[in-house]
Amino acid sequence: MADVVLNHISKTYNKGEVKAVTDVSFEVEKGELFGLIGPDGAGKTSIFRVLTTLLLPDAGSASVNGLDVVKDWKAIRKRVGYMPGKFSLYQDLTVEENLNFFATVFNTSVAENYDLIKDIYVQIEPFKDRRAGKLSGGMKQKLALCCALIHRPKVLFLDEPTTGVDTVSRKEFWEMLKRLKEQGITILVSTPYMDEATLCERIALIQDGKILSIDTPAQVVKQFPKNLYAIKSERMSQLLRDIRHLDYIDSCNSFGEYHHITFRDEDDYEIQKKLIADLNSKNHEYIEFKATPATIEDCFIKLLDQHE
Amino acid sequence: MNRNIVISTDKLTKRFGDFVATNEITFDVYEGEIFGFLGANGAGKTTAMRMLCGLSTPSSGKATIAGFDVYKETEKIKANIGYMSQKFSLYEDLTVQENIRFFGGIYGKKKKKIKSKSDELIQQLGLEKERGKLVGSLPLGWKQKLAFSVAIFHEPKIVFLDEPTGGVDPVTRRQFWDLIYDASDRGITIFVTTHYMDEAEYCNRVSMMVDGYIKALDTPTKLKQQFSAETMDAVFFELARGAKRKAD
Repeated sequence: MADVVLNHISKTYNKGEVKAVTDVSFEVEKGELFGLIGPDGAGKTSIFRVLTTLLLPDAGSASVNGLDVVKDWKAIRKRVGYMPGKFSLYQDLTVEENLNFFATVFNTSVAENYDLIKDIYVQIEPFKDRRAGKLSGGMKQKLALCCALIHRPKVLFLDEPTTGVDTVSRKEFWEMLKRLKEQGITILVSTPYMDEATLCERIALIQDGKILSIDTPAQVVKQFPKNLYAIKSERMSQLLRDIRHLDYIDSCNSFGEYHHITFRDEDDYEIQKKLIADLNSKNHEYIEFKATPATIEDCFIKLLDQHE
Repeated sequence: MNRNIVISTDKLTKRFGDFVATNEITFDVYEGEIFGFLGANGAGKTTAMRMLCGLSTPSSGKATIAGFDVYKETEKIKANIGYMSQKFSLYEDLTVQENIRFFGGIYGKKKKKIKSKSDELIQQLGLEKERGKLVGSLPLGWKQKLAFSVAIFHEPKIVFLDEPTGGVDPVTRRQFWDLIYDASDRGITIFVTTHYMDEAEYCNRVSMMVDGYIKALDTPTKLKQQFSAETMDAVFFELARGAKRKAD
């Protein structure tokens, strides 16, 4: 049996007025690194809180590590680690006191499970007497992860652990997750950063409480329905407006240095030539045009488009 | 591009005791420019921004913002800039209309002017049906677009955006940048921080702060050449991985 199972889970707030999660089903295998990818308000946190037994679903059923989230909530809490999106440790306890506190609450000791957190803890150990509230963002994040791991959970839930953290710290954090996965821990992680999706084994793209797609990152990208091209010129914002006005263009979105475009119907050398000619006539110079592989973000945008 | 300088700093420094948060930063920003202000957590971006907004007195160095001195003319600076961040933008328990009226009033705009301009703004943003709703009830993407429009409601010379697009979906994030381009076309200078490296590409020029210093400043294309990097992400990584400071 899969380690995490959701069966048609729905969750609403304000007496049904706000639909946070609508009919969501997916499974996460034991030892898998699974990502929930979506913006704020997509329902990621509600899903996590149902799975960690902190919220009751309105409809559907779910299990974690073979236990039912409603019936067996007490047993589940012993087996899961949860790192909420908002920093939730005791700000006025020191690093060491926080860690000891969480170990004690779970009837264990830091010494007993030290091997699991050692790699992460050594990075914050120089500050072990500092109060948690006085730590930097990156260090808070590491301490929270240590506290979520200290009782050796079977399943780890990480809600947006890298939000607001710079690129370097984000890369370090994902390295830590890979090492934890090697220990056999099932990991569910959420993120609004599309580029982090490729670091997961499987992902669910989620928006407005609904799953848009579930697959491996490679498969999600493969399912992009059209050929994708990258284009740039000297005047990028004007280029975006001009391309969007062409009736044979299906989509045009800015993607860093380039704009990504797809064609509506025909997609051959002739139409590409026409595009360049049309843009030249609008005084775009130094046009660079090339085929480009779709990214997760391209797929997300396309799925949102189809959704609406 | 117009070459009028709207932000000019010369060895601008801020110390907290022994700690030098911002260390002799020197740069100019031009009128209508989209200027990306990047750096690792703890690099000193927030401290620098606070000085540029007239909220914090520098320890040494010089700076003028929209022609006003950061030591002596902070109130004039505040009247001539706009500010928006992900953390602070609008009052959630006021309606769309009330927020616009409130911020318009704070910046000393006349009632009549606020009325006509807010009608125009609400129409532009397509918020006609929502104008009487509490801002707290709007989706995040709408809030951010409204917050940006409110931040430039008084037609400031410069608008400071501190991670404006955090957490929104990729489509909304791009719509937000459309608003930024429009404002820049109207001559408003955009000073923006972000953790999205693709957004660094949308800037005319980008500066990278590491440990209190500006370690690099140029157009995205030239920065990539300078660091032999394919993407801005790689440029950032190259510069920031040597950082000693890891505070916020």
